[in-house]
Amino acid sequence: MTTDIGELGDLYQEVILEHSKAPRNFRKPASANHHAEGYNPLCGDRCSVFLDVEGDAIRDIGFQGSGCAISRASASMMTQSVKGKSKEQAARLFEQFHRLVTGDADAVTNAQDLGKLAVFAGVSKFPARVKCATLAWHTLQSALQDKQETVSTE
Amino acid sequence: MTAVAQPSVAPLAAREPLPRGVAAQRASTIASGLDLAKIRADFPILAERIHGKRLVYLDNAATSQKPREVLDAIAYYYEHLNANIHRGVHTLSVRATEAHDAARQTVRRFLNAGDTREIIFVRGATEAINLVAQTYGRKHVTAGDEVLITAMEHHSNIVPWQILCEEKGAHLKVAPIDDHGELLLDEFEKLIGPRTKIVAVTHVSNALGTVNPLREMIAMAHRRGVPVLVDGAQAVPHFAVDVQALDCDFYAFSGHKVYGPTGIGVLYGKRALLDAMPPYQGGGDMISSVTFAKTTYNVLPFKFEAGTPDIAGAIALGAALDYISGLGMEKIEAHERELLAYATEAIGAIPGVQLIGTASERAGVVSFVLEGVHPHDLGTILDREGIAIRTGHHCAQPVMERFGIPATARASFAVYNTREEVDALVNGIRAAREVFA
Repeated sequence: MTTDIGELGDLYQEVILEHSKAPRNFRKPASANHHAEGYNPLCGDRCSVFLDVEGDAIRDIGFQGSGCAISRASASMMTQSVKGKSKEQAARLFEQFHRLVTGDADAVTNAQDLGKLAVFAGVSKFPARVKCATLAWHTLQSALQDKQETVSTE
Repeated sequence: MTAVAQPSVAPLAAREPLPRGVAAQRASTIASGLDLAKIRADFPILAERIHGKRLVYLDNAATSQKPREVLDAIAYYYEHLNANIHRGVHTLSVRATEAHDAARQTVRRFLNAGDTREIIFVRGATEAINLVAQTYGRKHVTAGDEVLITAMEHHSNIVPWQILCEEKGAHLKVAPIDDHGELLLDEFEKLIGPRTKIVAVTHVSNALGTVNPLREMIAMAHRRGVPVLVDGAQAVPHFAVDVQALDCDFYAFSGHKVYGPTGIGVLYGKRALLDAMPPYQGGGDMISSVTFAKTTYNVLPFKFEAGTPDIAGAIALGAALDYISGLGMEKIEAHERELLAYATEAIGAIPGVQLIGTASERAGVVSFVLEGVHPHDLGTILDREGIAIRTGHHCAQPVMERFGIPATARASFAVYNTREEVDALVNGIRAAREVFA
């Protein structure tokens, strides 16, 4: 009816809704050799990320946990984006993704570098939801660094 | 760009009609006799537009909005009264002191306490509970002793006791609740043992709305000589509280949840208990004389009010309590009870909704989960309709754990809320379901 719905549509893109309903790589790979737990104390969302890393390469990745549509879709699409990438490429993607969802103008302009992840640009208009979009990524970063303590968004 | 999901959020009038029973109820008038249009006009913020929509504020359990009387009291204080209290002989200091004293008298009347010396101004319910844990608790709780709380407490009535128990080597005992969110009274009674030194319970659960049977609980504790602290933060906005009739030993509440400003709250304590307690914080105002050899503490209530207090806050809280007392707590209770029943039925009738907290006695809160829609997503969608609800664990994670959920959506009511606002919420929930269908 009004522009607000346009913004809601920007957040809940078809692709995001689809991933939230049927998340990819929602599993613990048997070969996983890295793992980390993420937690958003504000909403109680939890995310576990499992990695099979050989040398510098992320050979396989899976995630489990409970969360909102944004956090599930973000985790699902993250696993697709970083699978087969190097640790450094994954770290760079996170940096770009973070800038995108926090509304960094350059990141929005260069969103094509992010591929499918560009659909999360709408998150920047919903500051309260940025942490939902980044929980899985923070957890991935923690898993790559083999941190023992649960990573918190706070 | 990928195709945009088009959430079917139609204008209110175009949405599917409410269920027959709900629509019929809507036509009936407010039985309480409150003039809601006039009350709503008393709250300037209710005229705010959110994303171009009229604000529907249903997050009152987090904090309530403030009537003009409260805002005016703050401005009037700083424009006409501002000076430090209990200090100067000059006129402004005398005026400020009198206004502050009058606010304490208002609080005493509001709680029907016997004596203004039993009313301690603090920052909020959280500080009130910490005060009791750190003074009464540290004095009386020793290794092996027990502190009894319930499974429906807010974190503010859990963590201060955990800190105390850890320091003293004492044990925190938790009385369980059932699937409706009601306290298991028999279990509660059994947990009051020879080592129990204090019972700390909420009057009304902020996450479930459950009203606890306080009189029975307090009588049970007193039969065993155990004092009871009541967290009244979610009770005082909704119905009259009489601390003498309850016979509670301590009663805590926050000003901002009862139409007052943030940063001010109240601890009521029985005088004999307060007199025997060591001070909480040291500083100015809480002393009667200081030498480097020895300090003599001030009398009640000042012994517990170190430093310059939130003078404007206390006066504005007095204005808030006068405002709702003027409306009539019985009328407020009747209006909110009707609204809660209406909301519970209407929300409960939405397909996919599961109500969390279905106690027979509830106040102020409808907590629920919606199948296939995470509370945060629901909160975002409702926000775009101008509807403010709380989504999350409500600072009551053990309650969420008890029900096996990470979070709920919670609509909570105040005197200014209407059936039309409940209808807007119901329509918003239905629209959210369609987005995620």
